[in-house]
Amino acid sequence: MSTIAVIDYGMGNLHSVASALEHVCDSKIVITSDVAEIEAADRVVFPGVGAIRDCMAEIRRLGMDRVVQKAIAEKPVLAICVGMQALMAHSEENGGVDCINLLPGNVRFFGEGLTDATGEKLKVPHMGWNQVKQIDHPLWQGIEDNSRFYFVHSFYVKSDEPSLVRATCEYGLSFDVALAKENLFAVQFHPEKSHTAGLQLLKNFANWDGKA
Amino acid sequence: MALAKRIIPCLDVENGRVVKGVQFVDIRDAGDPVEVAKRYNEQGADEITFLDITATHEGRDTTVHTVEAIASEVFIPLTVGGGIRELDDIRTMLNAGADKVSINSAAVKRPEFVKEAAERFGSQCIVVAIDCKKVSENKWEIFTHGGRKPTGIDAVEWAVKMAEYGAGEILLTSMDQDGVKQGFDLGVTRAISDAVAVPVIASGGVGNLQHLVDGVKEGKADAVLAASIFHFGEYSVPEAKEYMAEQGVEVRI
Repeated sequence: MSTIAVIDYGMGNLHSVASALEHVCDSKIVITSDVAEIEAADRVVFPGVGAIRDCMAEIRRLGMDRVVQKAIAEKPVLAICVGMQALMAHSEENGGVDCINLLPGNVRFFGEGLTDATGEKLKVPHMGWNQVKQIDHPLWQGIEDNSRFYFVHSFYVKSDEPSLVRATCEYGLSFDVALAKENLFAVQFHPEKSHTAGLQLLKNFANWDGKA
Repeated sequence: MALAKRIIPCLDVENGRVVKGVQFVDIRDAGDPVEVAKRYNEQGADEITFLDITATHEGRDTTVHTVEAIASEVFIPLTVGGGIRELDDIRTMLNAGADKVSINSAAVKRPEFVKEAAERFGSQCIVVAIDCKKVSENKWEIFTHGGRKPTGIDAVEWAVKMAEYGAGEILLTSMDQDGVKQGFDLGVTRAISDAVAVPVIASGGVGNLQHLVDGVKEGKADAVLAASIFHFGEYSVPEAKEYMAEQGVEVRI
């Protein structure tokens, strides 16, 4: 039986990710920060919630930055929300935090005074179901383009390398909500909370061999 | 392309059973919160709010198990409110599978609790629930103890303060309107939504689908919460979304 390791670095609830994965595949799901266990897994999920400074501190303290880097070179990895942001070069959150720097680009604040095309004020955090514009990748299989996924975040990712972008979203501005590089697929939204479309993406991940 | 306005059915749960009653036509056990949550999930609800009104400590363990059961079968966001008084209560609910917790009287009692909660768990999972009543023209006051106890706190100022303290969302209930089915108090909904940067969920008073539209269009709410119109089968979630879409509201269908 194949195994999916959900990396636990102590920043919040991983129950949702694990139970959604259990719902869509037969793989064994382990929630762990044990290096050997993550290295032995067939696939890895790198989640994250909360503030980036605390997340990065725990990621580094537990050596998860190196573990994730190694995993990405070897097997399919799915990064979710702050997990995606942590892979970028730098985040504006908490006064500026250097991140793992496996993906080129930065994490920026949506800003106050964000408005839509009609001038209507937009709330921050960007919270709720928004449409995701796909760019071809195996993980979008069986998911209609522009399907809505559940987001909750105040900071957004902008890749410096356009060829890595696998989905975008609009909220006062256009930003990147999926990036792919070799074995890595990183998303800003929460597939584990995105009902049918999210479960399909997790199912695709559980079957993905890691090649774009 | 735009962010959808959310429709949130609310379950009042006591000792592991949905109270106020829920009447779905083809559901066997209408009092089982897991069954009810699954049904709303299938109907396309955007989130589910679970309000625990259990008074006893023993009953709280039941609540945790119920939250665990819902979270393992319902893959949309789940907010749990009621009895959240300490950081440990929040940790327990998040570990059980809740995505957000809603803090109400504990915030009134000690506002710093919201700050501590947001710092520890992140604003994304901290909802502050505000129960208010209209006290004069364009003036609303926070009430606690089920609307019996005035606090002297201005609802709009309070919402601004709670957002500053790290609330990621405001759940606003007008106690004048709650259960009366005359629609949301649009005045206070609009006033708070204009005053804060975070999303506002309007609650209390929904009697028909136009009320949901009014909450979004006139109240500027980011989400609408309702219980009885959905529980008693007057309207289904898809009917509500279809109606809102016809009225030009962006919804997830």
